[in-house]
Amino acid sequence: MVRIIVCVKQALDVSQIKVDTASRRLITVDAQKKISDFDKNALEEAVRLKEKLGGEVVTVTIGPEDAKTTVREALAMGADKAYVISDPMFEGGDTMATSYVLAEAVKKIGSFDLVLCGEASVDSFSAQVGPRLADRLSIPVVLYVKKLTLEGDSVTVERNLEDSFETVRVKTPVLLTVTKELNEPRIPSLMSIMKASKKEVVVWNAADLNVAKEKVGEAGSAIRIVSVLAPKVERKKVVIKGETPAETAEKLAKALIQDGVVKQVKV
Amino acid sequence: MSEFHGVWVYSESMDLMLEMLTKAKELAGKLKAETGALVIGHNVKARADQLSGFGADKVYVVDHAALGVFNSETYLSALTALVKEHKPEIILLGSTRKGKELAARLATRLETGCVPDCTNLSLDEQGRLVSERVVYGGSASATHVFQIKPQIACVPARTFEKAASSEKKGEVMDVSVAQFDAPRTETVEVKPLEAGGGKLEEARVVVVGGRGIEKQEDFKLLESLCYALGGQVGYTRPLAEDRKWFKGDWIGLSGIKIKPVLYVGCGVSGVIQHVAGIRDSQVIVAINKDPEAPIFEMADYIVVGDLYEIVPALEAALKKLLAPS
Repeated sequence: MVRIIVCVKQALDVSQIKVDTASRRLITVDAQKKISDFDKNALEEAVRLKEKLGGEVVTVTIGPEDAKTTVREALAMGADKAYVISDPMFEGGDTMATSYVLAEAVKKIGSFDLVLCGEASVDSFSAQVGPRLADRLSIPVVLYVKKLTLEGDSVTVERNLEDSFETVRVKTPVLLTVTKELNEPRIPSLMSIMKASKKEVVVWNAADLNVAKEKVGEAGSAIRIVSVLAPKVERKKVVIKGETPAETAEKLAKALIQDGVVKQVKV
Repeated sequence: MSEFHGVWVYSESMDLMLEMLTKAKELAGKLKAETGALVIGHNVKARADQLSGFGADKVYVVDHAALGVFNSETYLSALTALVKEHKPEIILLGSTRKGKELAARLATRLETGCVPDCTNLSLDEQGRLVSERVVYGGSASATHVFQIKPQIACVPARTFEKAASSEKKGEVMDVSVAQFDAPRTETVEVKPLEAGGGKLEEARVVVVGGRGIEKQEDFKLLESLCYALGGQVGYTRPLAEDRKWFKGDWIGLSGIKIKPVLYVGCGVSGVIQHVAGIRDSQVIVAINKDPEAPIFEMADYIVVGDLYEIVPALEAALKKLLAPS
């Protein structure tokens, strides 16, 4: 029997974000909300472990109330129960404030063997909340897991640390953040989607968690957003076109030589 | 005056230390504060002496047998103890996977903020740290300002120029830490990754193949052009993930970010995640059959055409024009 808590973030589908070129502001109204990609890898792994060992998988999400709809997909993928932590007071929180609320929620949810998170969220990609949460829960943490094996209270994981490839063993309870290489998240069947509609979504607010007001939301944040703007694009956008590929290539070659970016060639 | 003072840098990578030191000196100059470089490990005197010649006012050294091998618990406890004692107002850490874990957990222990993957850092009129980083899969840059101190920011490799060596030697200070936290993980095996050794990141010219390349052996065309230009070949994420032609190390937001003098995209459509990894290239050439390919929006030279014809022709043209007569 294994009890796993999966942290699931409701993120914007970044591929649907548009840019107003004049102001460089982002247009996000048309972008759908979805479960952040790597969180699905975390959830998939949790469900596979439960299928093998028995037990329970619950998800926890901080976000506006509409997250209740988004987490239905997590339930359809096999989570048993979803917790949505929602309160206007939590809005504008940075990773410090968010990890505080998340830690209080995890403590209230109760005992667990594993907490699994995606390596980062697709929208902000800061990879902060997982390690911060582990520290607040005073449990060990291993980041960027691409393979994991659970035997009793021992977890063996493989991870890639840019300059090295590590195999690490750690005792539960432990928090792991996972990469996309870990697995291929399932696409829920119609049957499991229907079953999911009967599963419970628990909504907790600030009062339910008994959190300190001054430690949540914008008031409890260490950093404040000044602006979010599309990067300036200052490219020449010169179309190179000749009658034949050879002529096109020669025009391009001349332009690159003129710009000084190609000075010599090895023959 | 604030109780926090000084601008510190730390990374397990010497190159990153020197790059961050350039920015630290600039920030410290404006704040009229000292720069501090940290060295954590065992038998690291040589490293500390080397660092002291690059313009840091102080080099803090924690040298202990418990720090012989990197472990996030022991290193984090050393780092936390140093920061708590000396109270720097800004701490720059290398934005590597190890560095980002340290940064996030150090920030948690100090109850403060942390911005990873900063593309730029500056100060506002109140002397608070202002950071910029890429968000939303590369479609935007977010600017943040710190509200409390210490201020922790992570800097990726090659964001700033390396600090030059300096006549004036920094003061090397041995610091003892009362107690290190014990490791909570057991390392079973560590294999070094060849990972190209940063070759792609440092290449002057990068020729990148995208989904427009039909077969893996067609990369020969790109390799041939690369050889002529003295560059490196790269690829996009789908070629590694969907087609399994390569292992990891694709170019893009989730992979390697490059800033070569010349980028040549061959059959690269230019999804925003890829573009985020090439944005800082000096000149971008895009070759694609599809006139609507998004990469054309950020290219200096746009070639609508068949890469199988253009790439060899470009190599031939460059050789013709530049061959020693």
